[in-house]
Amino acid sequence: MFRSTRDRFLSLTLHGLAAVSGLIVVLVLAFVLQESSPVLSRVMLSRFLTDGSWHPAADAAEGAFNLLPIVVGTLLSSAGAVVLATPLGILSAVFIQFYAPLHLARWYRRMIELLAGIPSVVFGLWGLVVLVPLIARIHPPGQSLFTGIVILTLMILPTVALLSNAAMAAVPREIVSGCAALGLSRRTTAFLIIIPAAKSGLTTAAILGLVRAIGETMAVVMVCGNVVRMPGSLFDPIRTLTSTIALEMSYARGVHRSSLFFCGLVLLLVVTGLIAVAEIVSRRQLHGPV
Amino acid sequence: MARFKTRTDRVLDICVWTAPALVSGLFLWLVGDLAVRGCGAFWPGESEASGFFRLTEPLELVIKFLTGAPERAGRSGGIGPILVSTGLILMVCMSMAIPFGLGTALLLSEFVAPQNRFGRIVRRSLDVLAGVPSIVFGLFGNAVFSQFLGLRFSILSGGLTLACMVLPLLIRSTEEALNAVCPTQRHAATALGFSRWATVFQIILPQATPGVVVGLVLGIGRALAETAALIFTSGYVDRMPRSVFDSGRSLSIHIYDLSMNVAGGNQNAYASALVLITVLALINAATNWLATRFLQREAGNF
Amino acid sequence: MCIPFQIRSYIALACLLSLFTCGCGAADGARTTAAPRQTQITITGASTIAPLMGEIGKRFEAEHPGIRVDVQTGGSSRGVADARNGLADIGMVSRDLKPDEADLQRFLIARDGVCIILHAENPVQSLSREQIISIYTGQTRNWKAVGGRDAPITVVNKAEGRSTLEVFATHFKINTKEIHADVVIGDNEQGVKTVAGNPLAIGYVSIGTAEVDREGGVPIRLLSLNEVEASVKNVRNGTFPMSRTLNLVTKTPPEGTIKELIDFASSSKVHDLVKELSFVPID
Repeated sequence: MFRSTRDRFLSLTLHGLAAVSGLIVVLVLAFVLQESSPVLSRVMLSRFLTDGSWHPAADAAEGAFNLLPIVVGTLLSSAGAVVLATPLGILSAVFIQFYAPLHLARWYRRMIELLAGIPSVVFGLWGLVVLVPLIARIHPPGQSLFTGIVILTLMILPTVALLSNAAMAAVPREIVSGCAALGLSRRTTAFLIIIPAAKSGLTTAAILGLVRAIGETMAVVMVCGNVVRMPGSLFDPIRTLTSTIALEMSYARGVHRSSLFFCGLVLLLVVTGLIAVAEIVSRRQLHGPV
Repeated sequence: MARFKTRTDRVLDICVWTAPALVSGLFLWLVGDLAVRGCGAFWPGESEASGFFRLTEPLELVIKFLTGAPERAGRSGGIGPILVSTGLILMVCMSMAIPFGLGTALLLSEFVAPQNRFGRIVRRSLDVLAGVPSIVFGLFGNAVFSQFLGLRFSILSGGLTLACMVLPLLIRSTEEALNAVCPTQRHAATALGFSRWATVFQIILPQATPGVVVGLVLGIGRALAETAALIFTSGYVDRMPRSVFDSGRSLSIHIYDLSMNVAGGNQNAYASALVLITVLALINAATNWLATRFLQREAGNF
Repeated sequence: MCIPFQIRSYIALACLLSLFTCGCGAADGARTTAAPRQTQITITGASTIAPLMGEIGKRFEAEHPGIRVDVQTGGSSRGVADARNGLADIGMVSRDLKPDEADLQRFLIARDGVCIILHAENPVQSLSREQIISIYTGQTRNWKAVGGRDAPITVVNKAEGRSTLEVFATHFKINTKEIHADVVIGDNEQGVKTVAGNPLAIGYVSIGTAEVDREGGVPIRLLSLNEVEASVKNVRNGTFPMSRTLNLVTKTPPEGTIKELIDFASSSKVHDLVKELSFVPID
């Protein structure tokens, strides 16, 4: 199949590199499984859904391990962030590609790249010191699902915007030129031609954004309130899986520690599930009626 | 044609202009807030100097802050050793992540068909990897690099952990960039009898460079911003590192510690955050400049 | 063959870095085998103690040239685990030891008081023990009931397992499951910032942290407990009732340099550092 030994060498090397990259997640999974095995062997799985509350610091018999509000909190906050960040990100990409003058586009892109590098602790600090008091004035306590969504949106926006931008840039130039030749406006070109053509890239961008939102820790700890309770409204505090790990790991021992690793495992399962769903959806779109 | 705007058109136009305005507004609010709070650290207090010396004083303070060692648990003094550690961590991280990221992305987009099972498994596992929370990465890195491989708390083990973390982002964006290269180019290369090696290195990679740079910038940003994964791997020691085998505190850990753990550390926390954003801006500018320069050189070759 | 410039530079960079890394590794390996053991002391554990231990370590290094003290964080449980399995020479634990940790050697280096804080604008000047219990168990939900404005109370609590929570719950004899919180926090500074940003909040944090922040202009008020003013001074003379211990632990009775460092950390030579990091020195 390959003409030269050099090509065979290249292919082999690349396969090796890819295999290592793929293997990392297996290692992580094995590590998390091993660390969470104590709680899996001593606490019935159903108790993670039916226990009265989340108080794992006591031993396996007395502790309470209800993860449901935490999982719901995680899903709500990250879904909210993606719902806001995806349109903002795609519109930003359209802005850069089709609307803004060259210089403005360049500066805006650079700004988004900067946004990508602001540490989550700085987002959290800003959220806690600036945003939370503002929201507390409208609806105490201020630390809430809403604040979390706002901060998370800002945090995942660069991922979504830059990847969307790359996906749109990837649409063959001929199509754009064709549109121009047909006399289509930039608006029509962007929304009716380019966005549908870049669909798979845009989906990737949204998924990576979602996954990033789910995995986010430090900022969420500071602005979400962290109470383990089913949120009744947008202004109720929520707890996420990652903040549970971050808040409790430093003093956790025995079953408690291991139940925190179980949180990590649940998180990985949630992520895997979402990716599977996204894949099914995009495949249906690919094969369905155009 | 622009004269016959429908209502939908107008709404779309407004959306396209509002979204960036909103994002820029929030960004400027955040950075402005940081700048106002952070600059206090560089503002001279009561001093006897007057006239010209008073003007140079902030500059001196900035230099002192950038080169000095932290004192009083970071509440005064500078961030010199922390900048060095951060740089070393970033170098280790990128020198691992770039070959693996580029290699995997090349394989996924150039060497296997989209339906290939191996490719699909790798791609899916990378997506899952992207969702692993940073604190789990930290504990994983501690178990694998620090304990199993015996690197203990070191810049090397921190950089390797970060490399695992940024890999999905790097690969996904590189892959997008590679897919963006027009397929006719590949066909042309094949028709001309180019080897795969030549196609990849002479046709595809040069064209994909801007996209690869986006991935790099995102990856560097992610690595610079990381806190939780580094506490357990590269550690907390704020001394000047002698080599990558020493433990070293990264800038984001320093910010976290000063703002959340040390009472009265706010001032220096904001100042450090300001430095971090400035460093990032410089890195971004440099990467973009290099990319455009190389692109022009490439264009000149044709 | 002609590899374009940018690819070459990628490759060159990677080679350079790996060479550099190997070089450093070789140098480091040579040095550690040549040097005698125990020139490096690793300390891991509670993030609360880590800044203090870092400063103590620096002063110890200055007095003992050639010795390096590396302080790492990760939480009290990590301190215990690392001291047990030998990853660290000394563990830091910011709570009293549990019965199943009696195998470890414990050395008290400082104390840390815990006090109730309110926002400075809150008109409530003092709260009785019963009022605090009823606020934290969710029976009192409005400031009006304890003499304040007509507004809901925001109860700030610490996360499950944290030692300040244990100290608080033990002192007020509240079961942690009965606490009805509106905000759950981790570190002390997060608590101070949360209360400072919300005039309706009540929380409890380390006294030292609260005092430093109040002097720095943060709008919080420290409440007295059982008529005893919440201050570092009162924790030191033993009159303030709510406090926790900050400890160092080792697996075996310490010897040599490690013993010197532990003795140094609990001596009066570091009292100024303890005070500066807003903890209470042991007399």
